[in-house]
Amino acid sequence: MSLLLIVALPFLGALLPGLMNQAGRAACAGVTFTVTLAAFVGLLTNLPAVMAGDMVSFRVDWIPTLGLNFTLMLDALGFFFATLILGIGMLIIAYARFYLAREDNMGEFFTYLLLFQGAMVGIVLSDNILLLLVFWELTSLSSFLLIGYWKHLPEGRQGARMALTVTGMGGLAMIGGMLILGQIAGSYDLSVILQNRELIQSSPLYLPALILILMGCFTKSAQFPFHFWLPHAMAAPTPVSAYLHSATMVKAGIFLMARMWPVLSGTPEWFWLVTGAGLITMVLGAVIALFKHDLKALLAFSTVSHLGLITMLLGTGTAFGAMAAVFHILNHATFKAALFMSAGIIDHETHTRDIRRLGGLRHLMPITFVIASLAALSMAGIPLLNGFLSKEMMLEEAYHTVLGDNHWIVPTLAVVGSLFSAAYCFRLIGHTFLGAKRDDYPAKPHDPPAGLWLPPAFLVVLVVVIGVAPFLAEPAVKGITAAVLGGVEEVPTAYFKIWHGLVPALYMSIVAVVGGLIVLALFNPLLKLWDAAPRPEAKTIFEALIAGTVRLAQALTLQLHNGAFSRYGAVMAVTVLAAGYYAWMTGTVGTQTRMLQPAGAIEYAGWLMLVAATLAMVFLHRNRLLSLILIGIVGLMVSIGFVFFSAPDLAMTQITVEVVTIILMLLALNFLPNETPVESTVLRRLRDVTIAVAGGLATMALSYHYLLRDAIATPISEFHLANSYKGGGGTNVVNVILVDFRGFDTFGEIIVLGIAAVLIYALTETLLDGPVRARLLNRKPDKPLAGDMHPTTMVVMTRVLMPVVMVVGFYIFLRGHNEPGGGFISGLIVSIGLVMQYMASGYSWTTQRQRYPHHGVIGAGVLIAGLTGIGSWFVGKPFLTSDFTYVRIPPFNEFELATAALFDLGVFLAVVGAVMLSLDGFSRLARRAHVQDSDYAMDINPARSGDEAPKGQEA
Amino acid sequence: MEFLVASAIGVLTAGGIYMMLRLRTFPVILGISLLTYAVNVFLFASGRLTIGAPPILGDATTYTDPLPQALVLTAIVISFGMTAVVVMIALGAYLGTDDDHVDDSDAPEEDAT
Amino acid sequence: MIHSLILPVVIPALIAPFIILAARYHIGIQRVFSVAGVLAMLAVALMLAVETSDGTVMLYQLGDWAAPFGIVLVGDRLSTMMVVLMAVLALFVLLYAIGSRWDERGRHFHVLFQFQLMGIAGAFLTGDLFNLFVFFEVLLIASYGLMIHAGGNARLRAGVQYVLFNLLGSTLFLFALGAIYAEAGTLNMADLAQRVQLIGAEETVGIRVAAVLLILVFAIKAAIVPLHFWLPSSYAEAPAPVAALFAIMTKVGAYAIIRVYTLIFPVDLDVTAGLHGTWLLPVALLSLAVGAVGVLAAKKLDRLVAFAVISSMGMVMVAVALFTAESIASALYYMVHSTLAAGALFLIVDLVRQSRGHLELRTDAPVAGAALIAGFFMVAAIAMTGLPPLSGFVGKLMVLNAAYDTGPDAWVWTTVLVASLIGVVGFARAGSVLFWKAQSDGAPVADPARIAPAPLSYVAVGGLLTMLIAHTVFAGRMYDYTTATAAQLFAPDDYIATVLQTPGKLSDGTVANKEEDQ
Repeated sequence: MSLLLIVALPFLGALLPGLMNQAGRAACAGVTFTVTLAAFVGLLTNLPAVMAGDMVSFRVDWIPTLGLNFTLMLDALGFFFATLILGIGMLIIAYARFYLAREDNMGEFFTYLLLFQGAMVGIVLSDNILLLLVFWELTSLSSFLLIGYWKHLPEGRQGARMALTVTGMGGLAMIGGMLILGQIAGSYDLSVILQNRELIQSSPLYLPALILILMGCFTKSAQFPFHFWLPHAMAAPTPVSAYLHSATMVKAGIFLMARMWPVLSGTPEWFWLVTGAGLITMVLGAVIALFKHDLKALLAFSTVSHLGLITMLLGTGTAFGAMAAVFHILNHATFKAALFMSAGIIDHETHTRDIRRLGGLRHLMPITFVIASLAALSMAGIPLLNGFLSKEMMLEEAYHTVLGDNHWIVPTLAVVGSLFSAAYCFRLIGHTFLGAKRDDYPAKPHDPPAGLWLPPAFLVVLVVVIGVAPFLAEPAVKGITAAVLGGVEEVPTAYFKIWHGLVPALYMSIVAVVGGLIVLALFNPLLKLWDAAPRPEAKTIFEALIAGTVRLAQALTLQLHNGAFSRYGAVMAVTVLAAGYYAWMTGTVGTQTRMLQPAGAIEYAGWLMLVAATLAMVFLHRNRLLSLILIGIVGLMVSIGFVFFSAPDLAMTQITVEVVTIILMLLALNFLPNETPVESTVLRRLRDVTIAVAGGLATMALSYHYLLRDAIATPISEFHLANSYKGGGGTNVVNVILVDFRGFDTFGEIIVLGIAAVLIYALTETLLDGPVRARLLNRKPDKPLAGDMHPTTMVVMTRVLMPVVMVVGFYIFLRGHNEPGGGFISGLIVSIGLVMQYMASGYSWTTQRQRYPHHGVIGAGVLIAGLTGIGSWFVGKPFLTSDFTYVRIPPFNEFELATAALFDLGVFLAVVGAVMLSLDGFSRLARRAHVQDSDYAMDINPARSGDEAPKGQEA
Repeated sequence: MEFLVASAIGVLTAGGIYMMLRLRTFPVILGISLLTYAVNVFLFASGRLTIGAPPILGDATTYTDPLPQALVLTAIVISFGMTAVVVMIALGAYLGTDDDHVDDSDAPEEDAT
Repeated sequence: MIHSLILPVVIPALIAPFIILAARYHIGIQRVFSVAGVLAMLAVALMLAVETSDGTVMLYQLGDWAAPFGIVLVGDRLSTMMVVLMAVLALFVLLYAIGSRWDERGRHFHVLFQFQLMGIAGAFLTGDLFNLFVFFEVLLIASYGLMIHAGGNARLRAGVQYVLFNLLGSTLFLFALGAIYAEAGTLNMADLAQRVQLIGAEETVGIRVAAVLLILVFAIKAAIVPLHFWLPSSYAEAPAPVAALFAIMTKVGAYAIIRVYTLIFPVDLDVTAGLHGTWLLPVALLSLAVGAVGVLAAKKLDRLVAFAVISSMGMVMVAVALFTAESIASALYYMVHSTLAAGALFLIVDLVRQSRGHLELRTDAPVAGAALIAGFFMVAAIAMTGLPPLSGFVGKLMVLNAAYDTGPDAWVWTTVLVASLIGVVGFARAGSVLFWKAQSDGAPVADPARIAPAPLSYVAVGGLLTMLIAHTVFAGRMYDYTTATAAQLFAPDDYIATVLQTPGKLSDGTVANKEEDQ
């Protein structure tokens, strides 16, 4: 079967259990089992090829440019691991079917399990190290889900998060390592990398790559100092533990070390790091395991210890070590899975895993007893069981391993390790099954249904068979070893047999076993010592670490983002100034090319007024009304400046905009407080003044710099001046630019105005629908109301002015193209005229006479502008292409009628509509508030009975 | 002359920045209006300063650079729209909470976990 | 005369006023037109992308005026790609807004939405700096409206800050434009690219300051630390669909930086040497870190996502700041990913809010039917934190790969990897609190007060996630495309020639003008 299918099957199958959930537990487990079986069979179909020694491979390009492709390969090593993953997987599935309780959601469980399984298979079949990374992190994710499966258990959640964090960290480190490796080898394909041992080991980046990759392996395989997450992953349901910690997840790191063995091993760095970590882990794990009372915890630490053992073997970098490692991987998988399942059975039947509450179970659960004991004895390294053989090899290897130039350390530690290993195995058997039967089990123990004990039994059979007839396993192990060695070294010739004669390894193992028995005899005193001894509790440290980090992060983030705009603004100002200053200081200042123009008294006077108004406003800004008037003066001075510097259009726009803005601000101020209280400290104001002055000087220097120099090349406006009349048909170049050369800007600009108005309208609606309305209704005016709301003279004046304003607006509009003026300005003028009506004659009176909805006006304006633009499409010209002709309507003198004028009409309408709708929004707020607006334009009207007259004063 | 304009820009900017760093919405908005004046003049001055030569085609020989004027005109109108909007939003915020501080000290995470 | 290039701007620019004029009281009609408009935009955008995919540069001279005197729209691989991205995001966001009835909670949602799209599309397509400013204003003012859509005090207060901050940004933009015009006398990007070549080494301050001011403007849009302060609360407070749409807004800043600083101020340009080439990378790394830390610190889901956005923008900018063809290609790939992921996450946040009532990351009674939401969250979180197998991981690989053997690669690698670890921890905490702890206490409560999210909402989120997955599966194709795009950016002569040498109205002899300019 294609490798792709083998990898894909579990992922595709992962959908099924979730769907089958309704169909019942058996169906769920059944379909999951079938999927796994299918993948397994598919794997077996490749066995001949693998045995023939040729590499099965599969390739689909994913991101060739990056070198990340979906390439798979199957050699003996991969085949071996895949067999473990899928084979033990099937046993686990069968077991889980009977283990999980009714209330557990089985579909969810098996979905996660299959995801995890697929990821594992992916790891061992990847031919591309980046692809391998993908699957690697996928195992972290899926195991996160599996470990946290019992969501109601806090340990489950914490354990899951810890596992994810630690293995995730390793995974990230490994990304770095793999990328470096690939860059050195020039390809991310394993098959290529494995050929480049010298190149890689000679590279200066070898060490960083090695460290980063090993971090990945060590975290996954729970090597010291990353071993602590594994025991806490035991919060998972036992089938998960049995799966993850015997054959799969924790073996991933081992697998990768074996995979990379040909290119990474053999250097002193490799030896020290790997063997060192392995030894420490082995001893540490064994010692801790001995004193654990929870069966699963004991097994967890024993796993840690055995992984250390395998790591140590791989670290030695010899062929024999590699072979021993491979063999032990196989054996450990068999007996450890069996043990976990037995532990699960005991938990399931007696409702406890605490060894102290167990004992004497051999009579009550004979089958379990046999299974567990055989497996445990194999782990302890008792002859005729497979654990013995690989342990012998390990001791043999250790005996020949020299650390630094010391011949004793490694052998001694190896013996100590296996001594404690033996001890906890004996304790497991002794304290759980042997001893007197008790009557205080939490539940009445009895052997489980066959579904629970058959899977471990099957494994134990393997344990015994390999143990009795090692030669059966020999060819397979040697084949796999060959794959690990990858031609770097010869496969050792040593035969697998039980009796090697009186070799040192034998003595060492005798010492270990006997010592183990002695230790167990002295267990209680030792336990007291152990409990007395202070030990760091990895979990608490880790939790504290995370909590600390989170607190730190929160402190930082809150300090930084305290919601204070005044500070954000300061930061921004300072950043801009600093960056600008840097750019300026690192640049070169050229020579002045323009003449300074003399300034007369009037100019100085104007400058003085502007500056005075500005400063006055800054100093008096607490009085808001006053500051509003002052800023009005500033605006006035600016527009006068525009006139002076030959920009009449600007001046007109500025002044009209000014008027409208002020009106708008006044309307707003009507609700806002009149005073700005003193709040900021002197220091604070000093800071602000400093920033402000710096900013002022900066802009001043910058614009002065530019004013003294010409542009690097003739400004493009030269073209506008030259072609305004010829091409735009207007003599007012500014207006022609606005409606023709850069009409698109103007188009965007009126849209901005339109949006502004629409926005204000929408917001007003929202406010008036919300709680604000009530607030407004019972809001007391903080300023005294004028005696008469609609002063008669004013009403009359505005009525008289209205037509005048209209004509002026029309005139300004028409002349716009040739003389200062245009759509904007006339729009603003007309809207000011309208606003006057509102102000004088009152809102409702005016609105009643307002025929067109402001919305409509805006919409129409924008549409007209847009359609004018599109119009030019029909003559095959681009958007907004203008054309023009000259007409004469008496009494006006001849003017030019351009499509641009139509566009300008759109502008005009949009402006009027926008201004009116905005002000309308504000005044509607006002009406909701204190102002009792009368429907009559004039308060005093002889024709009306006077009682309504003083309406305004009420409220 | 150039210096007068440049320094005027500087003064407007300085005033604007100072006001922009105040604590209540109203002065901040005024500050931004000042900055708008400043930048409009700055942008206008990017066409250099010419007296008595408006870009109205006639029989004059020199005209001032019309393009910056057009840009500033656009900028003025846009900033008008922006001002109207920000005033309205600020007003809405004030009416809702009776508080016209710009700083939103209680905005980030209050109670949690 | 082909007008397709301007359609992404014109379509919404006509639909919106039409809605104002005719349909402002009929939400149904508004929805129809809005969706139709977005679909049309998507179609046009795809067409444009196809047309430009072979490297042709499309030009549209508004008013028939030749550049640099008139405004031009330019469509190349980059700009059309961004428009497509925007249209895709907009479509799903709009569907969500309709499905979740967000668009009914205030006036004129669809009008503002359309104008928002118009602004963004214009910003991507224009070839003129001042016109870029105008479109920035359009998209900003529309975004103000959308951000405060449906009101509420917290939202309005956040809105005030958002608006003020951006007003400062716009002011800065005008300063930058003034400086540029004063220095170079032009506003057209291609023309500017040629004119900066003329600036001698003895006269560099003017253009240097201009270049710096300009990148600061874009940095504000792209929320690069320390100019990112506007982002967290405004994104957190904005209505969910709006926040999701805003996912593209930060990209506008990134786009502008890529465009301007490859076309006009390439990193090897002498007069601007040592500016963005030097300073962009450190601040980008800083943003990455600040964002990740914020993710870990967040106590509310919406802020968590907001900081995730900052972090992923940091990632994009890291890649951009390396200014190599390869790094820009990775940046573009990552940009697409980050847009889709952020959009999806903000919508998921809203689903959580609807089904849970609040967003505090604390244990709370579980909610009926959270399984699907949990699944969505898991997928989106995996993508955002850059875990396999989704595009976040692929993009991260690309960036790291691009950073290899550039001077600061150690810094980049360390920051990126550590930041993503922090991000993973943060999202894992949030997820397990929201969806696991929830189950620990009590049976699910089906609160009648809370209405279950509409199917359409799920469809929208699912659609975005599907896009993410597609972006992953076809990563090879995408990466080749972005690589070609980057190549085009680093060989701008074609772009410049197309823009400046296409004649327009009365432009007989204008080419000559340009010659003598140089």
